[in-house]
Amino acid sequence: MKILVCITHVPDTTSRIAFTDGDTKFDTNGVQFIIGPYDDYALARAVELKEQLGGSITVLNVGGAETEPTIRKALAIGADDAIRVNAEPKDSFFVAEQIANAAKDGGYDLILMGRESIDFNGGMVHGMVGELLGLPSISPVMTLDIEGDTAKMAREIEGGKEYLEVKLPFVAGCQEPIAEWKIPNMRGIMSARTKPLNVVEPSGNGENTKLEKYELPPAKGDVKMIDAENVGELVSLLKNEAKVI
Amino acid sequence: MSILVFVESAEGRVKKTSIEAVAYAAAMGGDVTAIALGNDVDSSELEKLGNYGASKVLHVDDERLNQGVIQAYSSIIAKAMEDSSAEVLVLANSSLGNPVSARVSVKVGASLVSNVTDLPDTSAGFKVKRSIYTGKAFANVELTKEKKILAIKKNAAEIKETGGTATVEKYSVDLGDSDFGAKITKTDKATGEVLLPEAEIVVSGGRGLKGPENWGMVEELAKELGAATGCSKPVSDMDWRPHHEHVGQTGVKVSPQLYIAVGISGAIQHLAGVNSSKYIVVINKDPEAPFFKAADYGIVGDAFEIVPKLTEALRAAK
Ligand SMILES: Cc1cc2nc3c(=O)[nH]c(=O)nc-3n(C[C@H](O)[C@H](O)[C@H](O)COP(=O)(O)OP(=O)(O)OC[C@H]3O[C@@H](n4cnc5c(N)ncnc54)[C@H](O)[C@@H]3O)c2cc1C
Repeated sequence: MKILVCITHVPDTTSRIAFTDGDTKFDTNGVQFIIGPYDDYALARAVELKEQLGGSITVLNVGGAETEPTIRKALAIGADDAIRVNAEPKDSFFVAEQIANAAKDGGYDLILMGRESIDFNGGMVHGMVGELLGLPSISPVMTLDIEGDTAKMAREIEGGKEYLEVKLPFVAGCQEPIAEWKIPNMRGIMSARTKPLNVVEPSGNGENTKLEKYELPPAKGDVKMIDAENVGELVSLLKNEAKVI
Repeated sequence: MSILVFVESAEGRVKKTSIEAVAYAAAMGGDVTAIALGNDVDSSELEKLGNYGASKVLHVDDERLNQGVIQAYSSIIAKAMEDSSAEVLVLANSSLGNPVSARVSVKVGASLVSNVTDLPDTSAGFKVKRSIYTGKAFANVELTKEKKILAIKKNAAEIKETGGTATVEKYSVDLGDSDFGAKITKTDKATGEVLLPEAEIVVSGGRGLKGPENWGMVEELAKELGAATGCSKPVSDMDWRPHHEHVGQTGVKVSPQLYIAVGISGAIQHLAGVNSSKYIVVINKDPEAPFFKAADYGIVGDAFEIVPKLTEALRAAK
């Protein structure tokens, strides 16, 4: 089983979001970067599938040199080698094209990634990669098992789930509870230092969208506290002030 | 400008989020054609899309499409965009819409933006505002390709009734085996419930409710309000509630008119899923719970006393 896991390098979920350069750049000051939580689920499931079926795991990230600590963490969790496409991830299509080009001749049975990144939340890269490679793409995948050349999975839909089967190879956008996040152990961290991390230059046609400007939502007003003995007041506020019931 | 809108249905009816997508396209101006797939929704229901601004509905009444087959849907919608010379495709963000629109964008070479929150600005180029960082910020982006695809977030457009009816036309596209490469073997779906991503009111419970056996009062409150029920991540992790109710950074992102959080502390990852709610009510016994900072109305107290009282007061106020 040859598995490719595509990971994003994103601000930790507790980060304060701010912008610089006239609201055209994300302010990385004091921000800690992590493997995207959904990608981390994909990686965790890949490690389990490798334990079960043998094979290898390659992680791929499209990003500048600053993402290497995040890639090393994925190697420490259990990937065997890594590819970094040396480019700023400009938009979903740009990233998808880089992944498709890197995966094209790799002979992967399975291409996993998160259902969406937590910075841009696009949720589009897996579908684009599938289309570019002419492979089925399924997302958001909540369970994934491999039997011979067939993948069996559950996909979340509004109000429930759908069970699917597809022949390998295919592309999956993953989410919980596909596996539990894995924490790298000491041995993993040590061995990650010497695992191969290949840097390749980007190729392709570039992006389909252009960022103009970021903005922050307006600040929230103060909370109105209501006495626990007087829930009737809440009802009348919701009715007459908020007008939502 | 010619606009194609992909509409989804559930239990024989067009989804409210898809009606919003039609209303969004109508508000953009131009000629709006909708496309619906599967034979579990009938023409009379589709004609009603005229009331929201569609002039025509293409209906692919193929039984195989009653299930959301991602690749087959993508092939049909890409072809329909071409056949109707649509410059823009509009659809609602959803578990089906997102993967489908991604594939369509590659097929037709379109610029694609998801989580769109407002109508486009076409005064110079074609620009839209989208939500990013799970609702903690916005980005204004330009779509540079000739063809454009917009996956819109709930409440991106106001639904306006125009009184029109749409003509429904049968439409079909030759599909190959590869379009059905992924086989759906079974679907488990709650029926008759208000679905979380579409709900105008959501009542969510957290670990403060102590166990699954205590959800009765949450469900009663939800029923009284016509609301959907949600929960925090630990609650679905512990299987107290089904996974599709999990709200937050790694779960469903909701944008209701009213979000009521009961026994949820308000961790930043939970807030990320609810920060586009219009009004937030927090019920928590800890006055220091961080959720109060994100709330519009708050009650400090024991959920086991307050929730039944609130249901009672709502009933009385009817
Ligand atoms: C990468 C990442 C992603 C995450 N994604 C999500 C996500 O998508 N969604 C999510 O919810 N969490 C997410 N989390 C987890 C999050 O950090 C919190 O742990 C979680 O939201 C806490 O759930 P809770 O509020 O139900 O539980 P707690 O934090 O334990 O809070 C329980 C609350 O109940 C109150 N309470 C107790 N008894 C009563 C009572 N009788 N009456 C009234 N109030 C009472 C307490 O005062 C407390 O505030 C994520 C975490 C990480 C690291």
